[in-house]
Amino acid sequence: MSGEISRDEVAHVASLARLRLSDNELDTFTEQLCVVLETAAQLNSLDLSEVPPMAQPYPLTNALRPDLIVPSLDRDEVLAQAPGAEDGRFRVPPALGEAP
Amino acid sequence: MSSAFELAAAIRAGEQSAVAAAETSFDTIDGRDEEIHAFLHLTKQRAQAQAEAVDKAVAAGQDPGPLAGVPIAIKDNMCTRGEPTTCSSKILEGWRPPYDATVIGRLEAAGAVIVGKTNLDEFAMGSSTENSAFGPTRNPRDTSRVPGGSSGGSAAAVAADFVPLSLGSDTGGSIRQPAALCGVVGVKPSYGAVSRYGLIAFASSLDQIGPFAHDVTDAALCLDVISGHDPRDATSIPIALTPTFPTVNDGVAGMRIGLIDELMADGIDDDVIARTNQAAEALTAAGATVERVSIPATIYGLAAYYLIAPAEASSNLARFDGVRYGHRVDGQNVAAMNVATRSAGFGDEVKRRIMLGTYALSSGYYDAYYGKAQRVRTLLADEFATAYEKFDLLLSPTSPSTAFEIGAKSDPMALYMCDVCTIPSNLAGHPAMSVPFGVGDDGLPVGVQVLAPMLEEAKMFRAAKALEDAAKGMS
Repeated sequence: MSGEISRDEVAHVASLARLRLSDNELDTFTEQLCVVLETAAQLNSLDLSEVPPMAQPYPLTNALRPDLIVPSLDRDEVLAQAPGAEDGRFRVPPALGEAP
Repeated sequence: MSSAFELAAAIRAGEQSAVAAAETSFDTIDGRDEEIHAFLHLTKQRAQAQAEAVDKAVAAGQDPGPLAGVPIAIKDNMCTRGEPTTCSSKILEGWRPPYDATVIGRLEAAGAVIVGKTNLDEFAMGSSTENSAFGPTRNPRDTSRVPGGSSGGSAAAVAADFVPLSLGSDTGGSIRQPAALCGVVGVKPSYGAVSRYGLIAFASSLDQIGPFAHDVTDAALCLDVISGHDPRDATSIPIALTPTFPTVNDGVAGMRIGLIDELMADGIDDDVIARTNQAAEALTAAGATVERVSIPATIYGLAAYYLIAPAEASSNLARFDGVRYGHRVDGQNVAAMNVATRSAGFGDEVKRRIMLGTYALSSGYYDAYYGKAQRVRTLLADEFATAYEKFDLLLSPTSPSTAFEIGAKSDPMALYMCDVCTIPSNLAGHPAMSVPFGVGDDGLPVGVQVLAPMLEEAKMFRAAKALEDAAKGMS
């Protein structure tokens, strides 16, 4: 089976994932993702209607810590590692304007 | 090089200094790492300070801990405060984490000396350590070959005698497969046994940190140090793991061990199958009962994994948006900056998996892909549970082949197949480890995999030690 995912779908998925792809990359990724999705299609041969999904291997319910005040990361140390910071906050380009 | 156990004993007894042990490690690295490229960054100052503290403690009559003065290498996806932590990605180049991963704190509290950060496939996505933004690592056993991956730098660092111990992370085989290809011991503990706090997440329900070592005893020593509950990891198991070190020599007499049919079949090289059969015979000779067992869902593990892991990765890697860490490519607004940063910062394999995961989670496809893969996960766990009613442990090859040539596997699916034997344990959350067992037709190391039920590491290590003893007798 070929064409599990179309070139247009790959382009759409890339935009959802905030990635920009060149035309060449779109061709290559479409072909490669089709191969992986063909392999994934093996699962269609299984009847899983009675099998519940597993999200996590060890059955833990809510893991709560004691409600105590403990030191957090130093703000200045964290901000010093950001590409842009100002007045104790992360600095980014304008949030409003035309979408990419 | 002496083992971690022997080295720590000599340092604790004051017969050797931790500072000298660190210098020896750095000298060995300087001598050969230009060729191997196991390390991305050396932490010389931190190592010097820690080694001095260990020597001072010994001089003052204190015990610095079970890993006193032992040099250790850390995969570069675990946070080390003030030291570069890149995940082998351009997107984190230049970032210095403001905190240590829990495992780092536990190692240093036990006296270990962190000497550097090791190369990996970008964000731990790969099976060859060729997908690093900073260049590939070479296999110390044959430098024309890959070391396996994604923790290839950590496996190579031990195999090249740079350090007696290292840490890797294993999401689908990223500790066990490189251990097999480099001829060292590699352990993936039970999910939740070792804290993931400070491990940069790839697939959160599968990722687990574990040790590499030259021998099973050293691996046990290291696992006992790094395991344990951590309130900062919500998936950390709130009970203590049974120590593995004290019982490592207890043998396998009376144990029932199952050899997995589906992983001794087509797709696995004949020499690897032959060695695994010999390993089964060795366990029988050591007093265990070994029988074949069928676990049909293992063959669907690969397909399920390559939906679940990318799905979780696509969500986890959304945080790399150019706002808080490392690399940013400017844009006229936030969205343009996000796109420009991610497009320039991530390599091809990471982009592929982000897109695969985004697709598998997207509206209209969730049930067909991600939901179905999660059900296969239950199926596999149920089949393992049935097998463990009859068997104490299971046995299989670790990798379908010995180390392959650098550049030999260029298409993604061929590389994904490397993980076919190791993925089932990640999906089930169970512990598994690789032990060197002889060589293949090409003279390169073969690893066999011992699999255990949840939290049965101590039993797993006993069988691994029995295999190690038998392998010594062969050569």
